[in-house]
Amino acid sequence: MAWDRERTQEIIENNRHLDGAALPILHALQQEFGYVDREAVPMVAQALNLSRAEVHGVVSFYHDFREAPPGQHVLKLCRAEACQSMGADALADTARDRLRIGWHETTPDGRVTLEPVFCLGLCACAPAAMLDDKVVGALDERRLTALIGEAQAS
Amino acid sequence: MSKPRIYIPWDAGALSLGSSAVERAIIAAERRLGIDVEIIRTGSRGLFWLEPMIEVETAGGRVAYGPVTLEDVERLFAMGWLDGRLDRLCLGKPEDIPFLKRQTRYTFARCGIVDRLSFADYRAHGGVRGLAHALSLGPAGIFDEVTKSGLRGRGGAGFPTGIKWKTTADAQAAQKYIVCNADEGDSGTYADRMLMEGDPFCLIEGMAIAGIAVGATKGFIYIRSEYPHAIRTMGRAINIARAENLLGRGIAGSTYDFDIELRVGAGAYVCGEETALLDSLEGKRGQVRAKPPLPAHKGAFGRPTVVNNVISLASVPAILADGADFYRDLGYGRSRGTMPIQLAGNVKHRGLFEAAFGLTLGEIVDDIGGGTATGRPVRAVQVGGPLGAYFPRALFDTPFDYEAFAAKNGLIGHGGVVVFDDTVDMARQARFAMEFCAIESCGKCTPCRIGSTRGVEVIDRIVRGERRAQNLTLLQELCETMRFGSLCALGGFVPFPVTSAINHFPEDFGGAPLVAAAE
Repeated sequence: MAWDRERTQEIIENNRHLDGAALPILHALQQEFGYVDREAVPMVAQALNLSRAEVHGVVSFYHDFREAPPGQHVLKLCRAEACQSMGADALADTARDRLRIGWHETTPDGRVTLEPVFCLGLCACAPAAMLDDKVVGALDERRLTALIGEAQAS
Repeated sequence: MSKPRIYIPWDAGALSLGSSAVERAIIAAERRLGIDVEIIRTGSRGLFWLEPMIEVETAGGRVAYGPVTLEDVERLFAMGWLDGRLDRLCLGKPEDIPFLKRQTRYTFARCGIVDRLSFADYRAHGGVRGLAHALSLGPAGIFDEVTKSGLRGRGGAGFPTGIKWKTTADAQAAQKYIVCNADEGDSGTYADRMLMEGDPFCLIEGMAIAGIAVGATKGFIYIRSEYPHAIRTMGRAINIARAENLLGRGIAGSTYDFDIELRVGAGAYVCGEETALLDSLEGKRGQVRAKPPLPAHKGAFGRPTVVNNVISLASVPAILADGADFYRDLGYGRSRGTMPIQLAGNVKHRGLFEAAFGLTLGEIVDDIGGGTATGRPVRAVQVGGPLGAYFPRALFDTPFDYEAFAAKNGLIGHGGVVVFDDTVDMARQARFAMEFCAIESCGKCTPCRIGSTRGVEVIDRIVRGERRAQNLTLLQELCETMRFGSLCALGGFVPFPVTSAINHFPEDFGGAPLVAAAE
C-alpha cells in the first residue's frame, strides 16, 4: 500500500514497547509499504527518543531497508563464493542483460527490482536465487530465464 | 491399519529444488487414486544432491526416493512406492546411504527425521531429556558437564562454551540474557538454517539449559533476514514451546523462568560478529564494539549476556542427555565432539556431514564429497566462509581441527567447505574477498573500511600487470595492516583468502611472487 502517516504511527505504537524497537519497527514498516518513507524517520525517532540522524543512520546502514518503493517483484541473486563456484557470475550477467538493469535497479515498467544477496544458505543447491519469498536453487540459464519470465508476467 | 506415511522435507534447500511442488503433486495423485496418505513435513537429511528426497514409511521401515521431480510422482504411485517397491529413484533405507551411514549424527540426530513442529515427535525422539537432566544437576552441575564435554563455540571462534557461561554466571545483575547468534552469513554454511528448519525445539531446549545455568530468564534468537523459512519455523516452534511449558514460567515444572524473543537481522554480514549483533539487537547500526568489556559482563542492553551460535546451543541438550564423556571422547586434539561439515558449491555430494573432528580435508572433499559436480579436477577449496583461506590440493592432508587449520594459516570457522574446479580464477577470488569486505565493513575501524577498497584497487593493478612486484608487496603489507589493525574478524581475517590465493596459486597473479620480485 502507499505510504500512510496514520498506519505508520499505528505500526510504531504496536512495536515501541520492544527492547531495541528500531529494527522491528523498520521491518514492519517495510513489510507494509515496501520501503521506509523518509517521512517515517522523524516519527520513529520521536517514539524511541532518538535523533533523526540516528534513525536515518540505522535505515541507511542495513542493506535490507529501502528508501524508495521497489518493483512489484524483487529478484535476489546470490553472488557469494559457493554460488560463484557453480557459475553465478555468468548468470548474473544474463539477468542484467535480460532485464536491462543493473544491481539495485528496477525495470522501467516497475515490475522487477534486481538485487545482489550474499548467501541464502542454499550453498549445497547453488547457484541460488530468491524471487520475493520463493527460493530457487540449482539455477542454470533455462531456470533463470523461466524465473525472470515469471517475474515479468505478473 | 494406519494410513501410509510420506515424509517431505520443508527445508529451504529442498524447497528451492521443488519439494513443495512435489508435495502438491502427491496430494493430487492420492486424491485421484483414492488413497488416504498422511504427509509429514520434516527438515532435510542434508543430502542435497538427492533433494527433493521423499521418504515413505513401509512395513520394513522408511524408504527414500530422490531426487523426485513432478514428473516422477505418477509413476512412483503406479509402481507401488507406498510398499517400498524398487524404482530407479529408490535409495533404500536412508540410514544405509553411505553419505549418512558414515556420519556421527549427534546434534543433527533428529533433523530430517521428525515432524519439525511436533512436540510429541520431539519428545519421542529423545527431546527434553537434556533439560530434565540439567534440572536435576542445577547450574553448577551444568557447567561441569558442558566444560567437561570440551564444547567450543561453533560459530567460528572456538571459544570454550563452559568458560563463557561461567563468566556470565559469575557476573552480578538483575537481568541476564542468552543471545543465539543465527546470523549465519558465511557462504558455504547452512547448518544453522537446517537445524532451525528441521529441529527447532532442540535450539530452544539448548537455550533454556543455558538460561538455567547462568541465571538468565530471557533469550533472543537473532536470525538473518535471508532465512525467511527458518524465521517462520522458529517463530511457530517458540509458540508451541510456550504451550508445552518448555518456555515461560516454571519451565518443565521447575522453578526456572525462561522465554525467547525472535529478532530478524537486516542484511548486514558484520552482524554475525557478536558485538555488532548486540548493537543491532539494541536497535542501532550493527557496528563492532571494542572488547573489553566482554559481552559476558556487559552484553545486550548493558547486561551480562551469553552469545552463542545455533550449533553450540543445539549441541547442549544431547551433551546433557548422553553425558559429557561421550561427546569428549569424539574428536581430535583440542577439538572435541562433532562438527557439522557443510559441503557446498562445486562438489558432487553436496550436503551436511556431521562427524567427529579429525577427518582430513582430502577425505572430506574427495571421499565424502566425491570430487566436483562438474567432473573437472578440484583446484581450490575455501574453508570457513568468505574470511577463510583457499586450500590447494597440496594441503589436503590437513585434519579438520581448529588448531591444525590455524597452523596452515586458515580457519575452519563455521564448517563450510566450498569446492572450486580448475576453471576458477584465484585472482578474481582474492579480489572478491576484498570487495565483499568493502561492501560489508561496518565502517568503524580504518584498516577494514579503507583497506578493503584499496585492496580491490591493488589487486586490479596486479591483474593488469602494473608494477606487479611492487604491488604484490604492497598488497602483502596491506594484508598485514588489516590483519593486526582491524577491530574484528571481518577486516582481520579477510587477508586469509587473499594471501592464501597469492601464496598457493601465484600463477593466477602473473607468476610466482619471488620471481616477480626479481623483475
